[in-house]
Amino acid sequence: MHLRVRINKRLDNFTLDVDWAMANEFTVLFGHSGAGKSLTLRMIAGLMTPDSGYIELNGVPLFDSQECPLVKPGAVKNAQRVNVRPQDRCIGFVFQDLALFPHMSVAQNIAYAGKRKDRERVAALIESFHLKGLEGKLPSEISGGQRQRVAIARAIMCNPQCLLMDEPFSSLDNTLRLQMRALIKDVRNQLNIPVVFITHDIYEAYTMADKLIVYNNGKSVQTGTPDEILSTPRNSSPQEEEEGKRKKGAAPPPFRTPCKGSWTP
Amino acid sequence: MMLSDAAIFSLRLSFLVAVTATFFIVLVSLPVAYVLARKRFPGKELLDIVLTMPLVLPPTVTGYYLVVFFGRNGVIGKAIYALTGWTIMFTWYAAVIASFVVSLPLMLKTARSAIESVDRDLIDASYTLGHGEFYTALKIVIPLSKKGIFAGMALSFTRALGEFGATLMLAGDLPGKTETMPLAIYSCVNSGNWPEANLMALVFVVLSAILLFIAGKFTRKTI
Repeated sequence: MHLRVRINKRLDNFTLDVDWAMANEFTVLFGHSGAGKSLTLRMIAGLMTPDSGYIELNGVPLFDSQECPLVKPGAVKNAQRVNVRPQDRCIGFVFQDLALFPHMSVAQNIAYAGKRKDRERVAALIESFHLKGLEGKLPSEISGGQRQRVAIARAIMCNPQCLLMDEPFSSLDNTLRLQMRALIKDVRNQLNIPVVFITHDIYEAYTMADKLIVYNNGKSVQTGTPDEILSTPRNSSPQEEEEGKRKKGAAPPPFRTPCKGSWTP
Repeated sequence: MMLSDAAIFSLRLSFLVAVTATFFIVLVSLPVAYVLARKRFPGKELLDIVLTMPLVLPPTVTGYYLVVFFGRNGVIGKAIYALTGWTIMFTWYAAVIASFVVSLPLMLKTARSAIESVDRDLIDASYTLGHGEFYTALKIVIPLSKKGIFAGMALSFTRALGEFGATLMLAGDLPGKTETMPLAIYSCVNSGNWPEANLMALVFVVLSAILLFIAGKFTRKTI
C-alpha cells in the first residue's frame, strides 16, 4: 500500500509544488499555516483539482494530467487527464472543523458513510469509539472529544484505503489531544492503511509520525523520520518552532499518554 | 357581518391560486436556486436578472409580457390555441401563471441565499463519504437550507395571495370565474360596496400578517 503525490497548483499569490511518496505508514505533514498542507490533502481527496501532476493510491491513478489507460469507473477522463471523483476515491477525510452534519444524530452521521444495511457496522463503531448512549444525540449536544471520535468513526465507516486528517485536534485542549493521539495511532494500527495527518505542533508531529514531510511556502522541502529531520534539518522551521515554544515556557508534553480505552475494530 | 357568497368564492379562489402557484414555485425554484448558488456557467447572472425582474417591474408590465407570451396570438398561446382550440387567457390557470411569475423571485432569492450559506466543508464531507452531488443536495444541502426555503415559501405564498396587476392583465376580472380577492376588493370599491370591501380587506390584512410572522420567524432562525 502506498500513496504517491506529485502535484502543481497555481493560485493567486501562491503556488503549490510538492512531490512525495509514502508507504503504509503514519505520515505527518508539518509546516507553517499557509504552507500548502491542507491544499495537498484536498487534492488527494479530489476536492480540488491540481493544474498538473499525478496522485496514485495503491498503484491506481486518482489524478493524472497525462492521458492514462487505467481509468477507474466514475473517472472523468478527457484527452489529457484522469480525475477520479471524490466519491469514488475511497479515501477517509477528517476535516479541521470535523464537518459533522448538524441535522443528523451521532448514529446517522456515522451511518451516512455506509450502505443502508450497515447497521451492524455502525453499532460496532459506536461501541469501539465509546459512543454508546450518544447515538441519538446531535453533534451540538456532545463534547469536543466525542465529536472528534464521531468524525473519525464516520471517516473509517466505509473502509477507506487511506485516511487524511486535516489538523483534527486544533480545537482540543491538551488532555484531550493526548487521548486522541493515542486513539488515532490505534486506529491506524488496526486498519493498517496509510494515514496522512496535518499538524503544526512539533511535539505532535514528532510523537506521532513514522514519516515527517516538512512543507514550506508550497513546497515539500524535506522528508524523513522525525529523528532524521530534527537532527539534520534542511529547513529551520521545526527547530525554530521548538525553540520558540521553549522560550515561551511551554512545557513539552509527554510523548505518549494512554487513552482511556483502546480502540478495537 | 358575514362575507357574501361572491366574496367567499374570491377568497377560496385566491387560496387555490396561491397554493397552486406556490407548489410550482417550490418545484421550479429549488433546482434553479441550487444551480445559481453552486454552479458557474456563462449567462448565470443574466438568468438571475431575468428571473428576478418581476420583483422590480410594475405588475402591469409583467402582465403585459405574459399576454405577449400566453395571449391567443402570443408566442406560446398561439401554439396552444392551434393545438387545442383553447386559450389560457381569462381562466384561473392564467391567475396561477401570473402569481407564479410575480412570486417566483421571492422564493428564488431566499432559497439561493440559504443554499449558499451551507458550509462548503459539509458538502465536501458528503463527497468524501462516497455520495454524489444529487444525493448530497437531497440529504445535506436542502435539509440545511430548509429554514430559508420555508421563509421563501411563506413570502411567495403571501405575494401570490395578493397578486393584482399581472392577474388582471392575463386572467381578467370575471366575477365567479377569475375574480381573486384583491380583484374583488377593487370591484367592491369601484361599485361603492364599502362594507364588503372593508371586511375583505380586513381578512386580507390578518392573513398576510400571520404569513409574514411565520416567514419572519424562519428568516430570523436562518440568520
